[in-house]
Amino acid sequence: MELFKLTASALLDKLSRKETTPEEIFKDLSQRIADTDNKVKAYVRLDQTKDRRPETIDYSLPSIVSKPLAGIPVSIKDNICTEGLNTECCSKILSGFNPPYDATVIKKLKESGAVIFPAKTNMDEFAFGSSTENSQFGPTHNPWDLDRVPGGSSGGSAAAIGADEAILALGSDTGGSIRQPAAFCGVVGLKPTYGRVSRFGLIAFASSLDQIGPLTKDVRDSALLMNVISGHDPMDSTSVDIPVPDYTKSLVNDIKGIKIGIPKEYFVEGMNPEVKTIVEEAINKLRSLGAGHKPVSLAHTDYAVPVYYILATAEASSNLARFDGVQYGLRAKTSKLIDMYKKTRGEGFGQEAKRRILLGTFALSHGYYDAYYLRALKVRTLIKQDFDRIFKDFDCIVTPTSPTPAFKIGEKSDDPLSMYLSDIYTISANLAGIPAISITCGYTKAGLPVGLQILAKPFAEETIFRVAHTYERNTEWHKVKPKL
Amino acid sequence: MSNYEPVIGLEVHVQLKTETKVFCGCSTKFGAEPNTQVCPVCLGFPGSLPVLNRKALEYSIKVGLALNCTVQGYTKFDRKHYYYPDLPKNYQISQYDLPISKDGFLDIEAGGKIKRVGITRAHLEEDAGKLIHNDGSSSVDFNRTGQPLLEIVSEPQIYSPEEAYEYLNSLKSIIRYLGVSDCDMEKGTLRCDANISVRETGTTGLGTKSEIKNLNSFKAVRDALGYEIERHIETLNAGEKIVQETRLWDEKNEQTISMRSKEEAKDYRYFPEPDLPPFIISKEKIEEIKKTLPELPKEKSVRFMNEYGLSEYDARILVADKQTADYAEIRLKGWPEMNRKPVANWLIGPLASTASALKIAVHEVKISPKDFLDLIDLTENKQVISNLSAKIVLEEMAKTGKSAMAVIQEKNLAQISDESSLEKEIDAAIQENPKVISDVKAGKTNSIMFLVGQVMKKTKGKANPKLVQDILKRRLSDAQ
Amino acid sequence: MALSKETVKYVADLSRIELEPEELETLSKQLEGVLAFIGKLNELDISDISPTSHILPVNNVLREDTAQRSLTPDKSLANAPQPCGNFFEVPKVIE
Repeated sequence: MELFKLTASALLDKLSRKETTPEEIFKDLSQRIADTDNKVKAYVRLDQTKDRRPETIDYSLPSIVSKPLAGIPVSIKDNICTEGLNTECCSKILSGFNPPYDATVIKKLKESGAVIFPAKTNMDEFAFGSSTENSQFGPTHNPWDLDRVPGGSSGGSAAAIGADEAILALGSDTGGSIRQPAAFCGVVGLKPTYGRVSRFGLIAFASSLDQIGPLTKDVRDSALLMNVISGHDPMDSTSVDIPVPDYTKSLVNDIKGIKIGIPKEYFVEGMNPEVKTIVEEAINKLRSLGAGHKPVSLAHTDYAVPVYYILATAEASSNLARFDGVQYGLRAKTSKLIDMYKKTRGEGFGQEAKRRILLGTFALSHGYYDAYYLRALKVRTLIKQDFDRIFKDFDCIVTPTSPTPAFKIGEKSDDPLSMYLSDIYTISANLAGIPAISITCGYTKAGLPVGLQILAKPFAEETIFRVAHTYERNTEWHKVKPKL
Repeated sequence: MSNYEPVIGLEVHVQLKTETKVFCGCSTKFGAEPNTQVCPVCLGFPGSLPVLNRKALEYSIKVGLALNCTVQGYTKFDRKHYYYPDLPKNYQISQYDLPISKDGFLDIEAGGKIKRVGITRAHLEEDAGKLIHNDGSSSVDFNRTGQPLLEIVSEPQIYSPEEAYEYLNSLKSIIRYLGVSDCDMEKGTLRCDANISVRETGTTGLGTKSEIKNLNSFKAVRDALGYEIERHIETLNAGEKIVQETRLWDEKNEQTISMRSKEEAKDYRYFPEPDLPPFIISKEKIEEIKKTLPELPKEKSVRFMNEYGLSEYDARILVADKQTADYAEIRLKGWPEMNRKPVANWLIGPLASTASALKIAVHEVKISPKDFLDLIDLTENKQVISNLSAKIVLEEMAKTGKSAMAVIQEKNLAQISDESSLEKEIDAAIQENPKVISDVKAGKTNSIMFLVGQVMKKTKGKANPKLVQDILKRRLSDAQ
Repeated sequence: MALSKETVKYVADLSRIELEPEELETLSKQLEGVLAFIGKLNELDISDISPTSHILPVNNVLREDTAQRSLTPDKSLANAPQPCGNFFEVPKVIE
């Protein structure tokens, strides 16, 4: 029946009309994965989940009717804790970790009737990366061109959606890890406002920047998923107690009068010409649909990447200190305690993880804290202020999601700095705590998707959905599928 | 001792008596089976996040106020990094530059004077787990991880081991008054590390200090400091330098031992805890909490002196512990006479002894105020029984709950106050001790007490000694 | 700034990570490059700027002091590399 090709909202429609069942959807999707994932490798540890079946829920019960995602499978990134299902951040050091608890978003999904897909999606180890090449299970391949990366760190989730190997997916975004892979894989990826979605159960990379968010086939599905996962969580002190609107109500086909800012710092000399052209055409499209746009300035854009690589790595070095072989995960065989720590972490962490931990530890260490960490915290204030100023007069900001389309596997893996710079357009949103989405706005001559990023002020996801949905309704990019 | 004087600073960790841990909802009940009071948060499992216990914050503010500190209007938590198996996240959530309270003081009594010891700061943090060392391995129990600890740091303004002892007593007394901790060193709800250095008497700088750990009682603190002061002085006198290091107190051998592990200068890499937004403590909140502070020992002592006419000494003893003070106050109040010293004496003396003999606290002695005061009246005023008998009666009353008169009658302890009944014994005493008689007659009037003692012995303590003395005096002077 | 191998080794010890000599070599070079790039932040005048440690306008998040259910030992020890009865076992800690 090729149910796997449909969106969640289309499937919900079929379910409500009894044209299909949750079991049928699950079976269909599982078959698609069996047929396709050997090429894409979006999922990890599939062999361990071969015989798993989702809990049998009686979908004929009236109480199920009120459940917004009843019967819909959701694929989860390997850094979100799922009780009873291994959660390893695709790292050796967490091999075999089976959490005794569910992340809050997983609880919410279960309560909404969704089916947690029993295999996790691939990622850069601990979310350290922009290509999903840093996974201990090997890279995921971009469904549009299997020699290319899917982006990262939520490359598995993005590729799964792009390849119709998932209906809905969750990823995490610390510096662009949902949006950039969404752009590379031609799907919709949203990073919510910091504090909108609970982080309880998300294995932390950078606590002040991380957010869990949806990766979906279209904007409607993103709104559906956001309705479920958003909301205050008493287990997360950084989650905000602001009511969750019905995001589907923002899915109108109207952006008349919306004021869009186009930051000049994002359109520089030497940027990829195809990306430039495609994004400019998208902006023109928005104008033709009734939005106004003006150039604006985010003066501290150039400082975002260095700020990020101090703050994020510093917090990461702290968050990863707990991986030591004492309570869970890998433990190196040694007789002395200090060796246990050093060898476990030496053997268990990949190169990128080591790089970031060392950098972060350095930035926090005695004598360097002021020059690095404290300085970065101050520049973060400047970056936030840039956005605050613009949002006084503009409803949203539109930029390319990534300076280039998907690059080849191996192309940047020897040059960490070059890899870091690929986050240049996405990082600022995390530093400022604001919501941002990436939607497809075209394809290069080589057939690679190009992403358009829409940013708004804190808790203005509704504005983002309105603009993104209007654009989607008036274009066909999201309907194009890769040939697999 | 020498031309050196000691300078001491104490770091006290107090475990707050909340129902649950500081950042999670696990129970804090003492004595649970290992690893049964744990959850993903206090175990530091990946993905877990802390949420601050409201009571822990309130209790911390209470202690800050009781120690005369300035409670900060803006306070936050920081991560303190070090690797150890009993620290699940390999960082401790603590407070670095913006502690809840700072700049307070504690007045202690030392050498007959009141001395003021500055309190630098009091901050809230989470406890680590317990390590048990076996042969070739160590076992970790994480029940204690995440318990709320208040770290109270004194200024280096303690100048002798005795003062340190007094400081700890006063601190314990105040904190127990607040009801926020048991401050029991044996149970680990109060822990103390000491910093000590010496300097030439009369100078104001600070010498190189050493830190002493593994102090398991107030006595140990005093003894260890005594030892360490001598070691410092000996070292300096020998022309050598003090090494800044951590030393452990070896109780058995009564000495401090250097921790031989190479002490790399600890780089804790403090930075603000991103998982906990800061806390704003309004002036109104502080006032609200201030109103809930009970009358503290110092104030109560002054009041006891004023209201009940007690001496400073007696008042201080009675107020040291809140429950004792409350117990005492009811009895002091109930005494009909202006002079309440007898009641104070009886509380501090015989009642305390009785409690000790029964292995309970003073306030746990089950003698009603009426019965207690009756006993004092019967003994001191009415002299129905001697002081010696009264102590026996008291213990019996505590054991049985019976009234004084009931016990006196039961045990036939009524003092013999009737002259005719004593004739026989007095005659015998006089007859048996002719030398004493001649001594008394010769002017050694105090020797009469020996005769009184003899009569007491013969009557098994039941004779009224004052009466016996009077009779003897009369008889001996008559006989002149 | 120049990042000597000694500094990297020191930081690796601080982070309890054992590095092979080749790793130390490669990482030192790469980190030096990243730090040079990060030095860009020194261009800015931040003397009057306050740091942003918490991006949210949220304060005083507290929870009530009521006991919640804890994990049973079998759940908390399920992932332990060396469980021993109710304990987590580690190589002997030498004080």
